[in-house]
Amino acid sequence: MSRVEFWQGNVSLAYGAIAAGCRFFGGYPITPSSEIAEVMAEEMPACNGRFIQMEDEIGGIAATIGGAVTGYKSMTATSGPGFSLKQENLGLAYMAEIPIVVVDVMRGGPSTGLPTSIAQQDVMQARWGTHGDHATIAYAPSSVQECYEVAIKAFNMAERFRQPVLIMSDEVLGHMREKVIVPDKETLAIVDRKKPSCSPEEFIPYRPDPEDNLPPMASFGDGYRWHITGLTHNEWGFPTNCPEEIAKKSARLMDKVNAYRDEIVEYETENVEDADVIVVAYGSVARTALSAVRHARDKGLKAGYFRPVTLWPFPDRELEPLAEKAGRLIVPELNFGQMVHEVERAVHGKAAIAQMSLVNGELFQPSEILEKIEEVAG
Amino acid sequence: MPRPEVLDWLRKRFFPHMWCPGCGHGIIMHAILRALVDSGKKREETVIASGIGCSSRMPGYIDSCTIHTTHGRSLAFATGIKLANPELTIVDVMGDGDCTAIGGNHFIHACRRNIGITAVVMNNNIYGMTGGQASPTTPPGARATTAPYGAIDPPFDVCKLAQGAGATYVARATIAQPVLCEQYIKNGIANKGFSVIEIISSCHTQFGRKNNRRTPVDNLNYFKNNSVPLSRAQSMSPVDLEGKIVTGEFVKREAPEYTELYRSLVERVGGGK
Repeated sequence: MSRVEFWQGNVSLAYGAIAAGCRFFGGYPITPSSEIAEVMAEEMPACNGRFIQMEDEIGGIAATIGGAVTGYKSMTATSGPGFSLKQENLGLAYMAEIPIVVVDVMRGGPSTGLPTSIAQQDVMQARWGTHGDHATIAYAPSSVQECYEVAIKAFNMAERFRQPVLIMSDEVLGHMREKVIVPDKETLAIVDRKKPSCSPEEFIPYRPDPEDNLPPMASFGDGYRWHITGLTHNEWGFPTNCPEEIAKKSARLMDKVNAYRDEIVEYETENVEDADVIVVAYGSVARTALSAVRHARDKGLKAGYFRPVTLWPFPDRELEPLAEKAGRLIVPELNFGQMVHEVERAVHGKAAIAQMSLVNGELFQPSEILEKIEEVAG
Repeated sequence: MPRPEVLDWLRKRFFPHMWCPGCGHGIIMHAILRALVDSGKKREETVIASGIGCSSRMPGYIDSCTIHTTHGRSLAFATGIKLANPELTIVDVMGDGDCTAIGGNHFIHACRRNIGITAVVMNNNIYGMTGGQASPTTPPGARATTAPYGAIDPPFDVCKLAQGAGATYVARATIAQPVLCEQYIKNGIANKGFSVIEIISSCHTQFGRKNNRRTPVDNLNYFKNNSVPLSRAQSMSPVDLEGKIVTGEFVKREAPEYTELYRSLVERVGGGK
């Protein structure tokens, strides 16, 4: 039986993670994400899971990776400054192919910035924050209900592709309370990581299976002996300077997202078929955008709404034909222009793009986006 | 020649190792492996964790569950592993820079938690891999590539740091005392809580060449001539102890181990059902 809760976004996200099978949380207190850690501190011991408050943000993600290599579905949560601190170990998880979920409840920056105010300034950091090439999967929920849902999807993707998956929530979403319909556990599709089927003697830890180009993952303590390193490594997991081995590993890290891009990408639309102007927005801003688009429709304007649910990979191929047809896009963001560049890249000059930036710690008013729609459509 | 059961623990596929001929770290690896074998540990149930540096390449050469992490952070990874599966034996190998500089915070908090991990701190007073820069254990006056006129920073005493932060087993030996190294590591593994074994190691390539200890033998002789057992040090004056390496077991005490406290918590809140 499904049930109804009245939750904050952060609380919803934590319970979504638990429903996905998360049983390890390592973290450090930071506004506006701390409620996630607080729920986990209460719930993990109660289900024989593990919770640990580490000495710093870096330790939080390190312990989380430790939990993951020991077989647990593991998560950490943070916000701006903490997301910066976690970047190096996030890179280790990409390189060593360790499935973890990292939540960034975005607040204003740079630096300490605006700990209790919304921003969308970390979305490019999500893509490029850790050094070196890697393929990113990042969700941007826009409702408390969706916080629950993307937590499950994030774990499923992390387990399937053996890599970190990011959830880019924001301060408004994290602290806002809404109705959540909690689905019956039996109805959830849960993915668990692929385990090796060979004997420990035959196990080659980073040799991908031919059918999906993804290597199965053993856990420390389950009978397999293997080496994990952040150094570029060969199929044995051992450091290599061999150009062929380096090229193979590096390409596979990209391919595991690129090859399954269509299965990962998610987006939502409303009224785009006949639209003359489409508002492209994500996260909390998408709610304002949708409200403005509906008002515009009431006024007889052919406005449409496009919301990337996955910021990375970006739904570029899906947006392009719609943008070409409409000819005009509006991209409101709580930053000085980050995803707008990705929108530009996606539409290949086939639509005029009007950028809207707001960096004052607040959300757009629906009337501001509506005015922009009227201006652009007129 | 190592015993056959010790040789079984070597990941021969990954050799040759990258340490310089005469490096002190091989003596420590051998002592760790003898200690693990003599403690009855199984390779599948043993985790060797490390950060970054010459010493931190050791896990690659050991055929168990091994994890070579980021600079200074190995204890935070190891903490997650131990919390996830307390049945695993975890030896965390660190260099002096790894442990006391970039990883200082994780080190003192692992001591504070008294989590069941054995930290082997391989202190050669220098950043060897990056080319001989000064570390927080470089003795004042010693030369390094970033201390060309001699170091002026006061050094850390790893054992005092560990003791002050709450570790329940703390000992120090030098690579000139391989049997003592093995014994202390064994004692550390037997301790339920957090154990720190500081082993004074040598880097003749980066430290020795700038500080009149050019050869491996120079370093071994230096350690032999300048080591004082704790029993003797206790009756020596601070002036006489100047520049000496005090070896011995500094802390052996009982305190609740972290994962046992966590397990009690789980039982208390009914999570074990």
